[in-house]
Amino acid sequence: MSDFRSSVDAEGVATITWDVPGARMNVMTAAAFSELEELFDAAIADDRVKGVVITSGKKDFAGGMDLNALSEMSRSAGEEPAHGIFDEVMRIHGILRKIERGGMDPASLEGGKPVAAALTGTAMGIGYEIPLACHRVFCADSPGARVGLPEIRVGLFPAAGGTTRLVRKLGLFAASPFLFRGKTPDPKAALAAGLVDEIAAPEALLETARKWVLAAAGKPVAKPWDRRGYRMPGGRPYDKEGFPVFLGASSMVNAETQGVYPAAKAMLSAVYEGAQVPFDAALRIEARWFTKLLMDPSPSAMIRTLFVSKKALEKGERRPASAPRREVRRLGVLGAGMMGSGIALVSARAGIDVSLADQDLDRAAAGKAAAERILAGEAKRGRIGAERMAETLSRIRAEPDCSAFADCDLVIEAVFEDPAVKADMISRVGAAVGGQCVVATNTSTLPVTGLADAAPDPGRFLGIHFFSPVHKMLLVEVIRGRKTSDDAVALALDYVSRIRKTPIVVNDGRFFYANRCVIPYLNEAIRMVGEGVGPALIENCAKRVGMPVGPLQLVDETSIELAASIAKASRSAMGAAYPDDDVDAVVFGMVELGRLGRKARAGFYEYDDSGKRVGLWRPPDAIAPSRAVQPDPAEVRERLLMAQVLAAVRALEEGVLDNPKEGDVGAVFGWGFAPWSGGPFSWLDATGTSRAVEICSRLAARHGERFRAPELLAARERERRRFH
Amino acid sequence: MNEAFIYDAVRTPRGKGRKDGALHEVTAVSLSARMLDSVAERNGLEADLVDDVVWGNVTQVAEQGGCLARAAVLMSGIGERVPGVSINRFCASGLEAVNMASCQIMGGGTACIAGGVEMMSRVPMGSDGAAIAVDPLLAMGSHFVPQGISADIIATEFGFSRKDCDRYAVESQKRAAAAWSEGRFGSSVVPVADQNGLTILDRDEHMRPDTTLEGLGELKPSFQDIGENMPGFDKVALIKYPHLERIQHVHHAGNSSGVVDGAAAVLVASRDFGWDRGLTPKARVAAMSKTGSDPTIMLTGPVPAARMALDAARMTVADIDLFEVNEAFSSVVLRFMQAFDLGPERVNVNGGAIAMGHPLGATGAMLLGTALDELERTGKSTALVVLCVAAGMGAATIIERV
Repeated sequence: MSDFRSSVDAEGVATITWDVPGARMNVMTAAAFSELEELFDAAIADDRVKGVVITSGKKDFAGGMDLNALSEMSRSAGEEPAHGIFDEVMRIHGILRKIERGGMDPASLEGGKPVAAALTGTAMGIGYEIPLACHRVFCADSPGARVGLPEIRVGLFPAAGGTTRLVRKLGLFAASPFLFRGKTPDPKAALAAGLVDEIAAPEALLETARKWVLAAAGKPVAKPWDRRGYRMPGGRPYDKEGFPVFLGASSMVNAETQGVYPAAKAMLSAVYEGAQVPFDAALRIEARWFTKLLMDPSPSAMIRTLFVSKKALEKGERRPASAPRREVRRLGVLGAGMMGSGIALVSARAGIDVSLADQDLDRAAAGKAAAERILAGEAKRGRIGAERMAETLSRIRAEPDCSAFADCDLVIEAVFEDPAVKADMISRVGAAVGGQCVVATNTSTLPVTGLADAAPDPGRFLGIHFFSPVHKMLLVEVIRGRKTSDDAVALALDYVSRIRKTPIVVNDGRFFYANRCVIPYLNEAIRMVGEGVGPALIENCAKRVGMPVGPLQLVDETSIELAASIAKASRSAMGAAYPDDDVDAVVFGMVELGRLGRKARAGFYEYDDSGKRVGLWRPPDAIAPSRAVQPDPAEVRERLLMAQVLAAVRALEEGVLDNPKEGDVGAVFGWGFAPWSGGPFSWLDATGTSRAVEICSRLAARHGERFRAPELLAARERERRRFH
Repeated sequence: MNEAFIYDAVRTPRGKGRKDGALHEVTAVSLSARMLDSVAERNGLEADLVDDVVWGNVTQVAEQGGCLARAAVLMSGIGERVPGVSINRFCASGLEAVNMASCQIMGGGTACIAGGVEMMSRVPMGSDGAAIAVDPLLAMGSHFVPQGISADIIATEFGFSRKDCDRYAVESQKRAAAAWSEGRFGSSVVPVADQNGLTILDRDEHMRPDTTLEGLGELKPSFQDIGENMPGFDKVALIKYPHLERIQHVHHAGNSSGVVDGAAAVLVASRDFGWDRGLTPKARVAAMSKTGSDPTIMLTGPVPAARMALDAARMTVADIDLFEVNEAFSSVVLRFMQAFDLGPERVNVNGGAIAMGHPLGATGAMLLGTALDELERTGKSTALVVLCVAAGMGAATIIERV
C-alpha cells in the first residue's frame, strides 16, 4: 500500500494526495519520499498536466517526520554514519528542489509547472517543509489546525530546507520565533506571519488551489531566491541591515540555551553560513550542520525521552494488561489546599465530576475559588472561553466532609503532610467510600505501604503523586505499595491518562523517585552555601548544566520551612546514618533568621514588597564562611549534576524505578533535569559510564562518600553496558 | 641584533568623529600623507629613503581599504620606491606599527615610518564586519559581547563603581586641559592645513574641560539596555563569569573614549641612520609585547602585556617613570592601576582618550608620542605604553630616553 496517490483531472491539474493507510495523521518516512518523487516526476513528464496540487486525504496535512526513525538515523546509517545521514538529507533536498523547480529550465527559469500545497489542517515539520518548496501555500481554516516547524522542541532543526527557505522567505528576525522557539500558529496567524499565502474554508480549499494552478500555468513560477536580484529580507550578516540582527541572534541563542542545546547552535550556523551563498549551497550547508547535529547524542536522547518514551507511558505502557478498564466518573479530593484544588481543577477539566472536601465547607469553597482564579487567568489570556470555564467549574462540588465520597471511583487525599493526620484521614475516607473505590494519597514523602495500613483494603490503596503547580506540571508518579493490586494501578494510570498527564510507575520507597533525586540536589546547593561558595556561582552553574531554575531559587519557592521539616523527619528516620548535618546547619540557620523562603519574602534571595525577587541575599559569616578562593565552576557543575544522577541510579538499583526510561521521563518532566541530555540515564550513556565513574571517584575523594559510584553504575562500567 | 631608536613622533590634533567634526572633510589618505610629509620635512629626509611605511588602521574598507599605507606613500612626497603595509591589531594598531617597524630595524633595517590613522567620522567603526560578532560558531564559542559590556564586566569583576569611573573621567579631562593650556605637547601636534596652507584644525576638539562629577552622574549607562534586555548580552557574560550575579553597567559616553578623527607617525631608525645624517635619537625601544586574553572580558590584556614587556626589559613597575594606558574605558585604566598598585601620579598624567578621543588605528602611536613629550619635558627616562585590544588582546612598548 502506498502513502501517496495521484490523479489528473480534465483540465490538466494533477492532484497528489498524501494519505497514509490506517493512520490518523500523515507521517513521513524515507520510503514515502520516494513515492512522492515518483508521482511528482510522472506529473512533470505528463504533457497533459499543467500544474500540481499537493494535498492530504485526511483532516490534517501532516504531523511531521517519523521521529522514531529519525532518532535511530545515526545508528542505522551504516559504517560511516555521517556519510549516510548526509546522503539521505541531500536526497530529500533533491526531491523538494525538484518540486520547487517544477520542471523549469534552471538557466532561463522558464517552463516550470506551478505547484500548490493545499493544507487540509495541521502541517508540522516536514509537513510544512514540503509546502515551503511549493509555489503557493493554501491552508484550510480548520479549527485546531497548526502550521509550523516545531523541530527545535525535540532537539532538532528543520533540515529538509525548512530552515533555509523560511529565512529566505521572511528574514532571520521574522523567522526566529518559528525556527528557534518552534512557534506553531493557527492558520490565520500563519497567514499574517507570511507562513502561508492564502487561507480558505475547508470545503473550498482544493478548488481554490486548483484554480490558482490553472491561472498560474504557463507563467513564471520561480521562487524569489531563484530569480536574479533576490535580496534576503532583513539583510544578510555583513550588510548594514543584517549585521545587528545576526549579532543579536548569536547572543540570544547562547543566552537562552546556556550553550547546552546543540540544535539551536547548529541551526544558527546553517542560517549564517547559508545566507552568504547561493540557495543550493545553502541547502548543502544546512545538510552538513544537520548531519553534525545527528551525530551528537543529545537530539536522539531528547527525542527518546521527550517524545517516544513519554508518549508510550501516556498510552499506558505500564498499565497491567489484564486489569479491567474502569472509568473514573466521580473523583473525591480530600484537602482543598493548593494541591487538592489543583487536582480538582485538572480532573474537572478532563470531564470528571469532583467532590472537593476539607474540614469544613468554607475551606472546600476556598479551594474551589483558587481553581476558579487559575481558570480566570487562562480566560483572560484568551486560552479558554467563558463557556468552557463555567462547564469546568460546574463539575467541582465543594463539600464539608468526606461523606460525599460514597459514589466516588477514586479518592485522592491531599491533606497536611503528617503521618498521623494522613492515617486518620485515610481511615475516614475508607469508611465513607464504596467497596470498589480506590483510595490514593498525594504524599510526597511518606511511604505508601505504611499509610496503606490505615486503609480498609491495602490492595485498593496507592500513591498518586502530583507536582506543584498541578495545572502546569506534566508528571505524575503512581506509587505502588507492597500490597497495591494491579487493578488499582490500572485505574490510577487510566485516570492519569484521562487528565492528560504523563505517568511513571514507581515502587514504594522513601521520597519515591523525583523527590528522592531533587532533595540531594538541593542539599548539595545548600551545602555549598555553607562551604562559602558564592550563591551566584551555584545558581549560574545549575543553569549552565541546563536546569531551568537555580536550586536556591527552587528552595525559596518550595520554602525553607519545608526543607527544615523534611530534614527533621529524615534525621529521626535515619538516626546516626543521617548524612546532612552540614546542610541542616545552613537550613536551621536560615529558619532562625526568619528567612523561610519566598512566602516570607526572605530566603536565599531578597524580595521586594510585592514578592518579586530582587537579588541574591548575602549570607552572614555564621552561615556561609567567606573563602578566599571560589571553586572551579566545572566542579560546581559536576556536584550539582551528579547529586541528581547518582540518586537516580540508586533508585534504579534499589528497585524504586523499574527501568531507565521512566527514570529519564520522570527527571525531565518532574523536576526539569537538563532536558538537552534526555535525562540522567541518557546523560550517563552519552557521557560514558567510565567517565562518570571517574567523576564519582574524584568528587568522592574531595567531597565525601555520597559521590561514590553506586554498584549498579560500577557494574555497567565494568561490563561496558549502556542504560538504554 | 641592532637596537631601534625613535627619532621623532608627530600627531594631528583630534577632530570630533562626527559629520560636524573639523576633520570630517579631510580624506584618510591625505591626512596620512600629511603625517608622512611632516616626518620627512622635520627630519630632512630625502625621497626614497625609508625602508617601509607600517600603517595602523582598524576599519580597512572604502577609502581606508586597498592598502591605505601604500596609497598614503604615493600621495605624499616620500618617494614611490617606499612600500607600505596596512596593519590591524584593532585599538593597538598604531603601537603595533611602531613595534613592527622596530623589529625591522632590529633585523637590520635602516629607517621606517610607523603610525596610523582612523577617520571615524568617515568610515564608521564596525563597517568592515567582524566574524567574531556574527558567526555563531565563533560568537557563541568565544562568548562574544560588545566592548562596552566587557568594560562593565571589568568594573563588576574588579569592584569599580560608577563613581570611581566618573571620577577618573573628570580627572582625565582636567589633566588634558592643563596639558594643553601649559603647552605640554609642544611641537609634536602638527596642525592640519588644507591644500592652500589654511589651517583646518590645530587643537584637540573633543575635550570638555568643564566636565563635573555631577554632570557625568546624570548620563544614562550606555550598555544597560543591550545587556539586560535586547539581545541580552549580560546572560552571555554570566556564562563565562558565573560567580557574578549581575553585570553593573557603569560606562557611558562621558567615561569612555571619544570617537574622533586623527593620525600619528613615528620615525623609527637605527643608530647609524642618525649618525649618518646628524639626527639625534630621542629614545630607545627597550621592549615590546603582545598577547591574547579572554575575549569576553576582552579588555584586560594590558596587565599581562605590561608584565611581558617588563620581563623582556628586565624591569619592574618601579623602573617605569610614566605609564600611558589607553583610556578606552575608565575601568580598563582603573584595573591596570589596581593590578600593579599604581598611584595616579605616574599614569596618564596628561589625560587620555576619554578627554581627547581615540582614533582607533592612530592612538597607539599618539600615546607613544605623548609619553616621549612628557619624558623630555620632565627630564625623566622610561615610559610604558599599553593598550587593550578588541577580541581579547593587549600590546605594550617600553621606551627609554637616550
